[in-house]
Amino acid sequence: MSGHSNYEPKNGFEKWLDERLPIIRLGYDSLVDFPTPKNLNYWYTFGGILAVCLGIQIVTGIILAMHYVAHVDMAFASVEHIMRDVNYGWLVRYMHSNGASMFFLAVYVHMFRGLYYGSYKAPREVLWLLGCVIYMLMIITAFMGYVLPWGQMSFHGAVVITNLIGAIPVIGPAITTWLWGGFAVDDPTLNRFFSLHYLMPFMIAGVVGLHIWALHVPGNNNPTGVNVKSKEDTVPFHPYYTVKDGFAISVFLLMYAAFVFFNPNALGDAVNYVPANPLVTPAHIVPEWYLLPFYAILRAVPDKLMGVIFMGGAIAMLFLLPWLDTSKVRSMRYRPTAKLYFFIFVIVTLILGYCGGQLPDNKIIPGLTTFQVAASDLNSVVWLSRLATAYYFAYFLVILPVLGLTESPLPQPESISEPVLSHSANAPIGAAASPEKRG
Amino acid sequence: MLRKGFALAALGLAFIGGPTLAATSQEEPKAVHWSFEGPLGKFDQAQLQRGYKVYREVCSACHSMNLMSFRNLGQKGGPFYDPEFKNPNDNPFVKSIAKDYQINDIDSETGDVIKRPGTSADRFPNPYPNEPAARASNGGALPPDMSDLAKAREGGAAYIYSILTGYEEAPKGMTVPTGKYYNPYMPGDVSGFWSLDPNKVPIGGFIAMPPPLAPDKVTFDDGTKSTVEQQAKDVSAFLTWVSDPKTEERKSFGLAVMIYLLIFSGLLYASYRRIWANVSH
Repeated sequence: MSGHSNYEPKNGFEKWLDERLPIIRLGYDSLVDFPTPKNLNYWYTFGGILAVCLGIQIVTGIILAMHYVAHVDMAFASVEHIMRDVNYGWLVRYMHSNGASMFFLAVYVHMFRGLYYGSYKAPREVLWLLGCVIYMLMIITAFMGYVLPWGQMSFHGAVVITNLIGAIPVIGPAITTWLWGGFAVDDPTLNRFFSLHYLMPFMIAGVVGLHIWALHVPGNNNPTGVNVKSKEDTVPFHPYYTVKDGFAISVFLLMYAAFVFFNPNALGDAVNYVPANPLVTPAHIVPEWYLLPFYAILRAVPDKLMGVIFMGGAIAMLFLLPWLDTSKVRSMRYRPTAKLYFFIFVIVTLILGYCGGQLPDNKIIPGLTTFQVAASDLNSVVWLSRLATAYYFAYFLVILPVLGLTESPLPQPESISEPVLSHSANAPIGAAASPEKRG
Repeated sequence: MLRKGFALAALGLAFIGGPTLAATSQEEPKAVHWSFEGPLGKFDQAQLQRGYKVYREVCSACHSMNLMSFRNLGQKGGPFYDPEFKNPNDNPFVKSIAKDYQINDIDSETGDVIKRPGTSADRFPNPYPNEPAARASNGGALPPDMSDLAKAREGGAAYIYSILTGYEEAPKGMTVPTGKYYNPYMPGDVSGFWSLDPNKVPIGGFIAMPPPLAPDKVTFDDGTKSTVEQQAKDVSAFLTWVSDPKTEERKSFGLAVMIYLLIFSGLLYASYRRIWANVSH
């Protein structure tokens, strides 16, 4: 997509086509010949895994849409019809519902990898921003998709989340009514959610195209964070990374299949197999696991509007990150202090996820009642959420900006090849037998 | 619950446990061994047949099963599957079961509302004409539809079994409302009906269904002793099958997929080692 092209048309047809639409050249330059740093580890395979996830969601989704009925009286039964009467409908539906969880699992690994190796820093800011846009589109798509089976959690989840928009002063309630297509979550809401749920994956696919384009201009970051200096530092994408990504994708699919075939409902809420009933509210409304951290932030703030602002702010932090991190060193391998704060950050997001699945008044340590401060119990989920929320924001707004100016990073290697060649332990099996081929 | 725990741990999400409820509490479902547990577990056809009989003779008086047709009973993996009848609609067992039901219909000649014997393509008829009628007959409570019951309750089969066998004499100090029954396995909050120490409120809740099973209430054709536990176990297994009739197809398909992916991963790993053998990285 950029720079010099090594593509040479092999026959008359390819030459003819290349002069008119250089599409084979595009494919060759970006998927075959593309020079890729040779030190990418398995954390870097999640981009490929995510592409597979998107593909699976789109294909299974199109098949589901052939059988699904977007009507409040028929949606629930139509999903059950897919699983009971459509040939391999259970497979398609369970792949799609578990696929959403797998998609988010992979995107979280992909994002944490970017955070750790500084993949958002110059010259990859636009690449990172496009990734954030994809993530936001994913959240909206997943939320709308969860509404479609029209179970209890679908309906009441939709009510809770759309009501958040009502927290916006003056215009909020009007926007909510407009979104609902009425004065409550009902048939018009379900229909438009279905329409948008079908549209948005193709928007995601479009932004993924831009994301890959923005990747191929500066090229991949790598675990050392050091720029590619020479041809020595890279290998062509094919076959080196097609095979490595392929292996990682296959292992990922093994885990995915274990859920689809042997535990298809483990990640979902049992209550969503009860048809939606607006008159009966479930005892505990919770989103799917991948949105729990944001739900915890929302509930950590006592005021509804401020809660919504904090929840939006949590995602806004990601967009601002390239300009919040002041360190010139990309990889946290060479930033021991930042590394420590990073791992605390990972644990804090998991704690937020835990808090999102609990009721705010639940105790952290059962039976302990001595942490009462002025009528508030510090030994409760809501206070743990507040603590974790504070760290979440501090990580972006205080720790990263300050650390970049005050820490003393470890020396970075001269080039990607340097640390490799100096570590004999890293040499692969067979390398000793043919040392002349090294590098 | 345990399998759910393992599944989440496998995802590295051990932090995110099942949602806990505010004031409601319930006893953990009893530990029961099921033939359909685990990745290779299959339903016991004789048990499904007994379970169907319990459903037919006890549960179906109040509980609908809207998503099920009679033909489902004869499909592969079902209680009356017979390899001789690949098309379950032809299965004589299924046909005779269907014929015992009277189905509402419209006479195509006269337009009159009529009743006719069921066919294997018909759905199980609802015991009540509508929801208000169902509530009126059950003291205001609605007997839940049983098609998805095992999927729609945390604990699945073990939960259903525990409710059916878990009825207890209400402890001293508890006032049970009229038309309700105390069951420690039912999620609920009985603190408003408790007159003793407020820190020792019994767990569990009230259920509107009277204890439905009794010894020898159902006669099993295969001679199995008809205890309450046996009836409860069989009907729980049946309802688990009902909530996901494609379970066996899913598991056997899954086994082939896992073997395929394992071999494929092995080949890819070998290719990876070979291709990268001469690159120092």
